[in-house]
Parts: sequence; structure tokens; C-alpha cells
Amino acid sequence: MTNTKIILAATATLAALLALGPFLPGWATFLGAVALAKGITALGLVVMLRSGLLSFGQGLFYCVGGYGAGLLMLWGDVTNAVVLVIAGGLSGLVAGLLIGPLLAGYRKIFFATLTLALSMLVHGALTKADILGGSDGLNLRPPTFFGLEQTTGLSPVFAIYALACVIAVASACLLRIHFRSVRGLLSLGVKDNEIRVEYLGTSVRRAIFENYVVAAFLAGMGGALNALVLGHIDPELAFWTTSGEFVFVAILAGQVSVVAIFVASILLELVRSFSSQHFPNAWQMTLGIFMLTVILFMPNGIGALLQRRRGSKIAQGEAP
Amino acid sequence: MSAILDVRNLRKSFGAITAADDISVTINAGERVGLIGTNGAGKTTFVNMVTGYLRADGGSIVLRGADISGKSPREIARAGVCRSFQIPQLFLSLTTEENLIIALGISSGEALRPFAGTGSPVLVASLDDLLTRYRLQEFRHRVVSELPGGVRKLLDIAVSVTRGPSLLLLDEPTSGVAAEQKFDLMDIVVNALPKDVTVLFVEHDMDIVSRYSTRVLAFYDGRIISDGPSDVVLQDSRVKSFITGAPN
Repeated sequence: MTNTKIILAATATLAALLALGPFLPGWATFLGAVALAKGITALGLVVMLRSGLLSFGQGLFYCVGGYGAGLLMLWGDVTNAVVLVIAGGLSGLVAGLLIGPLLAGYRKIFFATLTLALSMLVHGALTKADILGGSDGLNLRPPTFFGLEQTTGLSPVFAIYALACVIAVASACLLRIHFRSVRGLLSLGVKDNEIRVEYLGTSVRRAIFENYVVAAFLAGMGGALNALVLGHIDPELAFWTTSGEFVFVAILAGQVSVVAIFVASILLELVRSFSSQHFPNAWQMTLGIFMLTVILFMPNGIGALLQRRRGSKIAQGEAP
Repeated sequence: MSAILDVRNLRKSFGAITAADDISVTINAGERVGLIGTNGAGKTTFVNMVTGYLRADGGSIVLRGADISGKSPREIARAGVCRSFQIPQLFLSLTTEENLIIALGISSGEALRPFAGTGSPVLVASLDDLLTRYRLQEFRHRVVSELPGGVRKLLDIAVSVTRGPSLLLLDEPTSGVAAEQKFDLMDIVVNALPKDVTVLFVEHDMDIVSRYSTRVLAFYDGRIISDGPSDVVLQDSRVKSFITGAPN
């Protein structure tokens, strides 16, 4: 698929998602927006997975993005959702730039553990920070959309859903093109053989750092979207279980398809919502059974199924 | 001939074992130098120090007038010294083509651009040229982990020359290759390389050494015990005694 075709497919997908939105029940729009926010974050996780690194602390940037957007709204009186989401992304980016140089020197379980530790550090600090609402967090006002909601009667949840669609499709499209690029292949090279990459004259640390910062930016935007759709921010965004959800989405999706990430994220939200509604005391068990089923019967994730259907090459990141 | 590599008083020890004992040697541009010696004689240690994999305990390594001692492999590669490995260092889960695209992308700078595609005319032309020169066309779309040992050796060398090195170090290019294929492999490599590239290669097969090197460095116990044209060195009594085992 050429880049032009990817952009056309992305545009068509976005148009379909936006057209579908008004016909969806309120709960579905809400669930869709949350799933897309988490999918955007999991997309960043896949960027890192392609260079062989698994982060168990992506909740850190998700939380930083949420608080970045939330505090700008509460303290800066900025209510425009687009500005707030960009601010969330930039908050994640800055945090990534600060932490990235340290983490780029670690691999495997050391990297995963360190990301988890940093995330829990932020969680602990936020819990004790009364000015930021402590463990209860802060409530946010509904955001605005360049005044569109006043002239068109746009529902805030649908508007956030639409914004999430735009960001998700744009991120997926850009990453799809990136995965096919020479730089995208380099990430796979880093995963395979760091010695060779260094002997070819380029820096493995730099490649990992760049991937980490991209993932942090995406998680920041995801966190900001999540904050706007829920109207609330709290330290749980940085808790390890939140990071675990992103890992699960990435495992469920596999590393070969950007579309699969959003399918996986929506599936996870659906399973969780329905199981918590119908089995309120056993929804974690339902989720566990679902995870086990996926790992046993789809070890390469949903993406590999889509890939097989299209008969394209996994190693090239030929995502459908 | 001008000196491309000037090594002075290079020393390296691993505990009580001395792998490089005050090695001094000058390599001239365009030479094809065979490095011979028994296992543990210090050949690979020498290559590893020149290419930055190991840091020398003392001495200097000067490349075309610039001191590269203590530099990282990345910096040394950028300075024009590239290498292949005894065990080929490749991207095993990727195809032959993808391995070369990464290497070419790094050398051209395209690998630093986040959205530079793999289909640029310059990249494709360089890729086709490499695949042809190293006889890798038929393996183009094969995943490297499935390739035979000899093909991996060729690909490792092809990947290492993408930066256009002035000095190329090959660590046992024919090891693990069937005896009847060794000369074919070396013919492909020698014919594919530009004539002005200086080559140092570690080798145990003396037939390969005598045919493909213009000069031989014989290592023994961390020192160079003989240095000169291949026919002279291979007839050296110490080389016969300590390395080749040929009768004096």
C-alpha cells in the first residue's frame, strides 16, 4: 500500500467514524472515546515494542497528559479541547524528554521495572499533593470546541469522540507510514541486533530515546482525551493497573497492525464494561479469562489475523 | 604508499592473559593484509581494538592522522573503518533486502528521517547494486535466520561496506563455510570491493591467505612475530613452527 493509499484509507475511516457517531447511543460514544484514548497510548507502546522494549509505566505519561490538560483548564482557564489535548501531548513529551535519556540505557526487565517504578513514584507523589486534589483528584468542566457547541448544539461527549477519532486516525496513519520507512525498519533492527546498528555508525540509544519520546507524546494526548471525556483526573491514571491495560491492548493487538490496536482497545473496554455490569463481583475474572484465551489462541494478536488475511509481510510492518 | 592505519605500542590484557603485547604496525592504503595466528594469538583482539569493540590498555591507534583510540564503534565506523564478524551480526528476523536497506539508510542518513520511504531511487539503485555485486539477488526476500552460513557471511560483509569504508576488517570471512565454497566467497568479496579499500582479514586457511593477501601479519602470543609479503611470511621458520605447522 502506498502512502497515498494509506492517507486515503485513513480519510475514509475517519469520515465513516464521524458519520457513525451521531447514530451511536451515548454510552457507545463515551466508551468509544475512552477506548480511542487508550488506543492512542497503546500505539506508543507498540512503537517501543518494535525496538524490543516493553514499558510497564506508560500510565506515567497518560497521567502527566491528563493533569497537564486538566490543570491548564482549571488554573489557566483554557477550555478549548483541541488546545487542551495538544497541551496534554506536550506535557507527556516534556516528561519523555526528561526521563528518556535515563531509560534509553536500560533493556529488557530492567527497562520495564524502571518505567513501572517511575510511574508509581508519580502516583505516590500525586496522592500526597493536596494542591492537586490528593488521592481524590480534580473534577474538570466540560470542554469547548472553538464555540461550535454553542452554534450547533454539539454534544460534549460526541465532540470529544470526534476529536479522539481525528487524533487516533492521524496518529495511526502517521505511524503506519513510519513503520514502513527506513527509520521504522531501524527500530526492528535495534530489536534484533544492537551491535550491528552501532557498527553501521548510528546510535541505538538515540533510536530508543526517539521512540520513547514519541510514545510519551501519544500517551500524553491519550491521557488528556481521557481526562476530558471523564471530566476527572486522579492519581490512578499513573497506577500500575492503568499501565497494565496498555500492555494488554498491545499484546492483544500484536505489533504488526495499527488498526488492530484500536480494535483491541475497543474489545477490552467492551469486555470490561459488560462484565462489570453483568458480573459486578467477578468482572476481573472475566477479564482474566479473556486475556488467557487471547494468549492461548492468538499468541501473535489480532493484528496477525488481519495480516494473514491480507497476505502481507509482518517484518515490514505492513499493517492493514 | 600513504599510511591509513598506524598502531603504536598497543597493549591489552585479560587478567593474567596478554592478548596484545606492545603491538606496533603501519598499514598502507590499498593493502590486502592477512592476519594469521593460532587461536588466542591476539588477531581478533587486535581487530576488536581497532574497531572500538575493546578499549586498549595502552598505545595509540591512528587512522589517516586522526587518533581513534578509545572511540566508540559508532564513531570509528563514521571515521571510515567498518567490519564484519566471525559470527555474522545481522538482523535475523528481517529479510536480506531489509538488512541492506537499514544499512544503506544509515549511511545515507535516510534512517534518521521518520517518514523516508524505502523506495527512493537512490536507495533502490544502491540496493540492487549491492545485491548484484554480492550475488544475493536470489536471497533478496528470504529471512536471514533461514539463510545458509555462507550467504550470511556475504550479507554481513555487504552490510558492513554500505558506508563506503576506507578500511575494512573481516574477521574470519570463510569460517563455517564449506571448503569448496571458500574461494568462491572470497572471489565475490574481493571483486565486489573497490580497489582503493584497504582490507585486513583474519584467516586460518593459508591457501586463502596466500592467494588474497599482499601482506601477512603473523600473530603469536599477543605479538606480531612476522610481517611482510605472504610468500615470505608463510616461509618464515617461526611462522611454520608456531602457526602453520608446516615442516621447516
